[in-house]
Amino acid sequence: MSKTTTTLALAASVATAIAGLSTAAHAQENEKCFGISLAGENDCAAGPGTTCAGTSTVDYQGNAWTFVPAGTCETTTIEAMGDSPERMGSLTELDRDIPA
Amino acid sequence: MLDATRHPSLPNRPGVGYKAQHFNDIMKDAGPVGWLEIHAENYMGMGGRPLAQLRHLSEQFPFSVHGVGLSIGGEGRLDADHLARLKTLCDWLNPASFSEHLAWSTHESAFLNDLLPLPYTAATVTRVADHIDEVQSVLGRQMLLENPSSYLAFAESDMSETDFLSEIVTRTGCGLLLDVNNVFVSAVNLGYSPQGYIDDYPLNAVKEIHLGGHDEDEDETGAPMLIDSHGAEVVDPVWALLDYTLAKSGPKPLLIEWDTDVPEWSVLVEETKRADAALSVLA
Amino acid sequence: MITTQTEFRTALLDPASPPPEGVRNPDGVQAIKRFDVYRNNVAVSLTDALGAAFPVVAKLVGDDFFRAMAGVYLRAHPPTSPVMMFYGEEMPEFLAGFGPAQSVPYLPDVARLELALRHSYHASDATPIAADALAQIAPDSLPQVTFAFAPSVYLIPSRYPLQSIWAANTSGGDIAKVAQPALVTRPEFDPMVDALTQEQAAVTQALIGGQPLGQALQSGDAGFDLGPLLGLLLSRNALISLKT
Repeated sequence: MSKTTTTLALAASVATAIAGLSTAAHAQENEKCFGISLAGENDCAAGPGTTCAGTSTVDYQGNAWTFVPAGTCETTTIEAMGDSPERMGSLTELDRDIPA
Repeated sequence: MLDATRHPSLPNRPGVGYKAQHFNDIMKDAGPVGWLEIHAENYMGMGGRPLAQLRHLSEQFPFSVHGVGLSIGGEGRLDADHLARLKTLCDWLNPASFSEHLAWSTHESAFLNDLLPLPYTAATVTRVADHIDEVQSVLGRQMLLENPSSYLAFAESDMSETDFLSEIVTRTGCGLLLDVNNVFVSAVNLGYSPQGYIDDYPLNAVKEIHLGGHDEDEDETGAPMLIDSHGAEVVDPVWALLDYTLAKSGPKPLLIEWDTDVPEWSVLVEETKRADAALSVLA
Repeated sequence: MITTQTEFRTALLDPASPPPEGVRNPDGVQAIKRFDVYRNNVAVSLTDALGAAFPVVAKLVGDDFFRAMAGVYLRAHPPTSPVMMFYGEEMPEFLAGFGPAQSVPYLPDVARLELALRHSYHASDATPIAADALAQIAPDSLPQVTFAFAPSVYLIPSRYPLQSIWAANTSGGDIAKVAQPALVTRPEFDPMVDALTQEQAAVTQALIGGQPLGQALQSGDAGFDLGPLLGLLLSRNALISLKT
């Protein structure tokens, strides 16, 4: 693309982007305060006495591992598609995406 | 800085352990609830809903910040990063109280997410007192130390828990958070009298009392073993132990802790009404 | 007889180790089941924390598999900080190397997305740019515009239909037949997940990396239409400042 085409295309994109925004009124902050929690919490309570979670583990590298993934992954086969992630820039640039 | 404390200390009223799902209920009608307690670690994010909720609630309620991860009894040094996070939170919220546990939870950088027990010896007194000195110096405030729920004892212990706590108070000037349910749980588990524990306990240092529910189990010999689950109503013998304690100590801020299978707000309000009644007979 | 915390911790995390010799029942006999209470507290509380952090991973593989896998994870990667909201950072790499999970090759991407949601939820608050801030830039200057993104924004590259895998296991819906890198934003307090095309993800990545608009567009193909992506970023309050 030439410089002029880029500028024109950008200007058009900005116009479409802004035109598509809704101007819905925003709720008061204290109303938004109540909602789903994704917090992930510490607490100081004790678990349910004793269970096998604490007293036995299964070594997956031995022969004892008997579990197979058996949730919703069973109902669909999903293949890798599209370009490899390498297309998406260098590893340093990807650092921004890895939650620290 | 917020101003969660228009009170220099927690009021001698019932409070509850705050859960995010109760935000609207509390803002609408808090019932007899006069203050709120949060677990410090749950408010160590940088922003978003958890801190926004505190901003609103702190306009109405005094706060207690209750740490569950500092590992005051750890053999190693205190986690300086974590202490700095606690300072950031306390400096921002300006709570009426900060408390932590007589326990350890971090060892050689692994945090085990449980309040682990300590042997009661002179060496442990020194270590815990040093750590409390450090906490009080960094935070610039007095802290309260909470007695644990114990499931076992150590062969090396040569002091009672009450003597241990008295010694810590003398050395550090810290206050105490008396968990009456923990007293009952430990007394049943280790075979001593809960009233006798209260008789020996330095009640003059108490600035907050905890109440919570526990589960019942037994050990391999069939001896009773109570688990500090915080997942049920406070049982009658614990309410009775509270009455016994308050008769000796006078009124104190009383906290209802309910951390697992958290019920509707109305259930917590019923518990706080009972705590309120325990306070009002003292008047 | 002294019980060290090293000894205590080793036995806590390794059920094959006997309890420390110095722990006692009230009758003075070595505690066995009472020690198991602590073992249980550690294992169950960390397993529950992982379940809360990775609900979609758990749903994909089922609860039995997830809890057994969590038992392996928590012993290999116990928390290194007392702040449990960020426990599980090594989960994507762990899953990538976990033999029994290899039949679900997109699990690491899902785990990365769930970590990003947790981080987004707790990220600093930031004021988004007004939509018309961009309209006031002279067209000639637009190619030089750079953006700062809100701290709650995360881009999760993926060769799988990541956004619709996540959506199908939360709110429902079908799984797309194209790769869907996921954009995590937090317009107010609730993080949102949007599907990007590979091209949009590449351009977004360039913008996050600080490239000016004109240059970032080179990451897309000729004829790439920036409008929908820009509209999405603005409507999700993802942009917090711009410079020309």
